[in-house]
Amino acid sequence: MAHVETHDPNTPLEYRSETGRLNILGFWIFLGAEIALFATLFATYMVLTHRIADGPALGELFEVKSLLIQTFLLLTSSFTCGLAVHEMRRHNVKGLMLWMIITLGLGLGFLYFEIQEFLHFIHEGANIGTSAAWSGFFVLVGTHGAHVTFGIFWVTMVLIQVAKRGLTPATSAKVFITSLYWHFLDVVWIFIFTAVYLMGMVMHHG
Amino acid sequence: MANKTAANEHGGFPWKHLIGFVLSIVLTLFALWIALETDLSLTWILIIIFGFAFLQAALQLLMFMHVTENSTKTKLTGRVQVGNILFAAFIAIIIVAGSVWVMTAGHAKHDKHDEPKTENHGGHGGEEKSEEHGSHK
Amino acid sequence: MKWDEFFVTGDPLIYGADVSIVLTMVGILFYLTKYKKWKWLWTEWLTTVDHKKLGIMYIVSAVLMLFRGGVDALLMRTQLAIPEAKFLDSQHYNEIFTTHGTIMIIFMAMPFLIGLINVVVPLQIGARDVAYPYLNAVSFWTFFIGAMLFNISFVIGGSPSAGWTSYMPLASNELSPGPGQNYYLWGLQIAGIGTLLTGINFLVTILKMRAPGMTLFRMPMFTWSSLVTMVIIIFAFPILTVALALMSFDRLFGSHFFTLQGEGMDMLWANLFWLWGHPEVYIVILPAFGMFSEIISTFSKKTLFGYKAMIWSMLLIAGYSFMVWVHHFFTMGSGAAVNSVFSITTMAIGIPTGVKIFNWLFTMYRGKIQFTTPMLWSLGFIVNFVIGGVTGVMLAMAAADYQYHNTYFLVSHFHYVLIAGTVFACFAGLIYWYPKMFGYKLNERIGKWVFWLFTIGFNVCFMPQYFLGLDGMPRRVYTYSEESGWGPLNMLSTVGGFMMGIAFLVLVYNMYYSFRFAKRETTGDAWDGRTLEWSTPSAMPPFYNFAKIPEVTGLDHFWRQKQAGKVEKLTAKDIKKIHMPSNSGVPFIMGSFFFILGFGFVFGWMWMAILGGIGVIGTLIYRSFEYDDGYYVSEEEVIETEKISK
Repeated sequence: MAHVETHDPNTPLEYRSETGRLNILGFWIFLGAEIALFATLFATYMVLTHRIADGPALGELFEVKSLLIQTFLLLTSSFTCGLAVHEMRRHNVKGLMLWMIITLGLGLGFLYFEIQEFLHFIHEGANIGTSAAWSGFFVLVGTHGAHVTFGIFWVTMVLIQVAKRGLTPATSAKVFITSLYWHFLDVVWIFIFTAVYLMGMVMHHG
Repeated sequence: MANKTAANEHGGFPWKHLIGFVLSIVLTLFALWIALETDLSLTWILIIIFGFAFLQAALQLLMFMHVTENSTKTKLTGRVQVGNILFAAFIAIIIVAGSVWVMTAGHAKHDKHDEPKTENHGGHGGEEKSEEHGSHK
Repeated sequence: MKWDEFFVTGDPLIYGADVSIVLTMVGILFYLTKYKKWKWLWTEWLTTVDHKKLGIMYIVSAVLMLFRGGVDALLMRTQLAIPEAKFLDSQHYNEIFTTHGTIMIIFMAMPFLIGLINVVVPLQIGARDVAYPYLNAVSFWTFFIGAMLFNISFVIGGSPSAGWTSYMPLASNELSPGPGQNYYLWGLQIAGIGTLLTGINFLVTILKMRAPGMTLFRMPMFTWSSLVTMVIIIFAFPILTVALALMSFDRLFGSHFFTLQGEGMDMLWANLFWLWGHPEVYIVILPAFGMFSEIISTFSKKTLFGYKAMIWSMLLIAGYSFMVWVHHFFTMGSGAAVNSVFSITTMAIGIPTGVKIFNWLFTMYRGKIQFTTPMLWSLGFIVNFVIGGVTGVMLAMAAADYQYHNTYFLVSHFHYVLIAGTVFACFAGLIYWYPKMFGYKLNERIGKWVFWLFTIGFNVCFMPQYFLGLDGMPRRVYTYSEESGWGPLNMLSTVGGFMMGIAFLVLVYNMYYSFRFAKRETTGDAWDGRTLEWSTPSAMPPFYNFAKIPEVTGLDHFWRQKQAGKVEKLTAKDIKKIHMPSNSGVPFIMGSFFFILGFGFVFGWMWMAILGGIGVIGTLIYRSFEYDDGYYVSEEEVIETEKISK
C-alpha cells in the first residue's frame, strides 16, 4: 500500500509518494488540533483580559512601533516561505534554500523583537505573575513564540536533509509540511495582532 | 486541481503569492487605522478588525497554503482539508465566544470593579444565586 | 527532600502495596530471565509497530487499570458500608476517589476502547496497517508512561486528592501542596499527547487506507463510530492540554489563571476542564455504540437497521458534544440565559441517542437472535443505559439540577452511562473479538456467569445510590452519621460493588481457563460475522493482515459473499510481495524520556525535567534524520504463511 507511486509529471514532488500524501493530510489535521489549542489560549486571555489586579493595564504598555515591526517581519517571512515552496515546485533547490534561509532570518528577527518587547514589559512591572491578565498575555503570546522557535529549528533540520539528499518525494514532503507550519504561525499571529494588541489598545485608549 | 495549480506554478512569476502578500499588508494597516485613528464605536471597531482577521487568515490558507489542493484522483483529500479547517474554526469560535459568554455573564459580573461591589468579592458558587435571581428581570 | 517524604509511609495498606509491587517486579524479572524471554519481549512487543499487538498491549494495560481502579472503588465502598466507619481517613479517602475517577476514565476506558479500535479498525477496512505505524507506537508508549507516572503516585510522593475534576482553588499549591496534584497534571498531559496522535492517525487511516470499493457509506458501524470519535479527540484534547498546562504554570511558575490572588478565576478551570470533559464523555461512549451495533447485527443475523440514521446521529452528537459543557456547573450561577441555553442543548443531544436505541431494537426485531455472551452484554447495555440516559435528562434541567448537584444521584447517573455504556461495551467487544486476537473464544458458560454477576451487582450497587442522592447524601464525603439514615442503602450498595469485583475475578479466571482448555478456532470466522475482519483464512490474521487486499462491493460485504457462496479462495497467483513498516525501538525510548521529564516536573526538579526534555527532542531529531522505507515480504513467505498449495 505504502509504495504506490504516482508518475504524472505534473504532480508536485511532495505528493508523489503515498507517505508524502498521508503525511501532508495528517499535518493538516494536526493544524486543526492546533487551532483548538490556540483557541483555548485565546479564550483564557479574553476572559481574563480586564483582571489586572494591581498591575498595569495591558493596553497601557503596548506600543504600535514594536507591534508593526513584529507583524511585518512575520508577514514577510510567510511570503518568502511561500516563494520557497514555489521554487521547490520548479525543482530549483538553490531558490528553495535561499528563500527558506531568508524566512529563517525574518523569523529570528521576529523573535528578537518579541523578546525585547517581553523584557520591556517585565521592566515596566508586568510579568507572568503580575495579574491574571498578564498571565494570559504571556502564555498566549509566549506559546506562539515557542512555536516560532520550534519552527526555526525544524526548518533548519529539514534544510540540512535537503542539502544532503536533494529534492526527493520524501524531502520535498517535509519541506512542504514545514511551510504549512510556518504559514499557520502567521495565521495565529493575525489573531494575536487583532485580539491582543489592537483590542488591548482600543480598550485602553478608546 | 493539484495538477492545474502545479502546472501554473512550474514556471512564471508567483503572482498568487505576491497578491496575497500585498493584500495582507493592506489589511493589517487598515485594521490598525480603524482601531486607532477612527471614531467608530467599540462594537463596530471589533466587528471590522475581526472581520479583517478572518479575511486575512482565509487569504493565507488559500493563497499560501493551498488548502484546497488535493493530490489524488478522488476529491476527498481537498474536501477533508477544507472541512477540517472549517470545523476547527467553528470549534474555535465556540471555545472563545462560549467561554467569554459563560464566564462573564451572571455571577462573574459581580466581582468586577465596574459593577456595584458585593461582599463576596472573588467568591463563587451557590450563595450568589439568590442575588442573581433577584436581579433578573 | 528526605526519603520519608519521597516514599509514602505510615499506612499499612500502602506497605502492603509496596510489598506486592516489589514481589511482582521480582517475579516478572525472574520469569523473563529464567525463560530467556528478554529478546522476545524486545523484538515482539516493545519495538512493534503492528496495530494488532499495540491493541493487545493497550487492552492488557486497560485491564490492569480496571483492577487498580476497581480496588479503589471497593476500598471506598468498604469505608461507606456503615456510618462513621474508621477504615480510611478523610485524606486517604480523597486520594482514592481522585485516583479511581482519573484512572477509570483516562487510563481504563480510553485505552480499552483505543485498544479495540487498534485491533479491529484496520482489519474492518481491509488495510494492512494504520496510516502511521511508527506514530501508533509513540501513542501507545506515551499513554503507557502517563499511566505509570500517575500510578506510582501512591507509593512515591502521595496521590492527588482534589478529585478527578481537580477544581481550583482546591487543586492549588496552597490547598494541595506536594507532588500529588502534579502527578495528575503530568500523567494526563503525557497520556494526552498519545491520545491526540491516535486521533490523527486513525482519522487518516479510516479516510485514506480503505480497501478498494469500500466507500464511506459502506464502512462498518464500528469504523464509523471510531471515525467520529477521532474527530472529537482531535478537537477536544488540545483543550485539556492547555488547561493542564495553565494549572501547571499556576503551580510551578506563579501565574494567576485560576488562583484566588491576582484576580485569577477559579471557575475558568472548570470551564476549560468541561470544554474538554464533555466531548470526552462522547469519546468513551461512541466507540461503545459502534461495538454494540456490530454485535447486535451479527447475532440478530440482520443488517443494521437505519444505517444512515446511525451515522447522521453520530455526526450530530460530535457537533453537539462541544455545545453542552456548562451543564456540569449549572450551579456556578452564570445566569438564566446561559443555563437555559445549555439546558436546551443538553436535552437536544438526547435525541440522536434515542434514535440509536430504536435502531438497535429494530435491528433485533424479527431477527434470529443468538444469546451469546457479547449479545447478552449488548442487551444488558440497552436496558441499563436507558436508565442512565433518562436520569441524565432529569439532570439536564438547570433548575432541578440545583437539587441533584453534588449528590449521589449524579454519581449513580454517570455510573449508569459509563458502566452500562462503556464498560459493558469493553467486555462485549473483548469477548467478541477475543478469537481474532488470541485464536480461541472465551468460555461461554463462565462468561454468562460473569454477565449475570456483574449486571446484577451493578444494579444492586448503583440503584440505591439514586435514592441516597435524592435523600441528600453528598458525593465525595468519607463518612456520614448514623442519624442520616443512609446506612442500609449504603450497605446494599457495597454488597453490589463486591459482586462486581467477584465478576471481574471470574472474568480473569475465564481468560486463564479458556487459555488452557478452549477449542482453538480453525477458521477466521468465529461468530459467522459480517465484516472484513472475519474474512481472514486463519483465526488470528498474519502480521500483514490480508495476503490480498479485498475488493468491497457493498455493506456487509463478507456476509453477502458467504450468502452467495462466493467466498474467494486465495491462489498462488494472487500473491504479490507486500510492503510493511519496520519495527522501531525509538517510541519506547522516547516514552522513557517522557517519564523522566514528567517525574522531574512532578517533584519540581528542573534539571531532571530538562534532561528528559532533551531526550525527547533527541529522539525526535533522530527520527527526522532516519529514512526507513520499511521492507518487503516476499511472495514465498506469504504463500507459506497462508498455507497455499502451489
